[in-house]
Amino acid sequence: MQVSVQAEPFDLGALSNAFAAKVAGAGAVVTFTGLVRDNGGALAAMEIEHYPGMTEKAIAGMMHEAKARWSLVDALVVHRYGRLAGGEPIMMVATAARHRANAFAAAEFLMDYLKSRAPFWKKELSADGAEWVAARDEDEAALKRW
Amino acid sequence: MIDVLYFAWVRERIGVPRERIETQAATVMELITELKAREERYEWAFGDLASLRVAVDQELSGFEASLSGVRELAFFPPMTGG
Repeated sequence: MQVSVQAEPFDLGALSNAFAAKVAGAGAVVTFTGLVRDNGGALAAMEIEHYPGMTEKAIAGMMHEAKARWSLVDALVVHRYGRLAGGEPIMMVATAARHRANAFAAAEFLMDYLKSRAPFWKKELSADGAEWVAARDEDEAALKRW
Repeated sequence: MIDVLYFAWVRERIGVPRERIETQAATVMELITELKAREERYEWAFGDLASLRVAVDQELSGFEASLSGVRELAFFPPMTGG
């Protein structure tokens, strides 16, 4: 399992191919990628702050739980921080399992937990100024289904 | 001495990303109360506990958590990853 918290852009295709190439025994690979929404062109940039040290630990903890619950063969999480433009990939999750139901469920679980339990904070910059993105009640509620 | 870190708007309101704090507070809540009494910027940052989260030695915790043996505390708003 691999966690990368990085400022640099990542190559979704290359990472997905490399991930899928080393998951012996898996019959399903699911990948999810999150992009910066540009809010209809209003967004100038997004700044993502994180808590170095805790971020990696928190994500590794989620991945261990996902691996145990859905018998994952492997999992990968990449999450960026720093200044991003609209449309840029922010993060990706990849899961590999024997069957697709487990790979999908584990990917959704990881996404839900990354939203509300990984120490990242987003700030949207626009012509009107800068504003921290507020956490949404729906995102917190989404954790309850797990 | 405890290293105290701040993130996002909590950091902006307090004005520094981290500081070392000398305290006799036994719990996170006691430290919050103590800091709020010290300076207005802490009152501004910690005024609404419903929108504040705390990590004790890099683990998400409750405000009642003990500070005994703790090296690092962090205060921040609800997380918005993904």
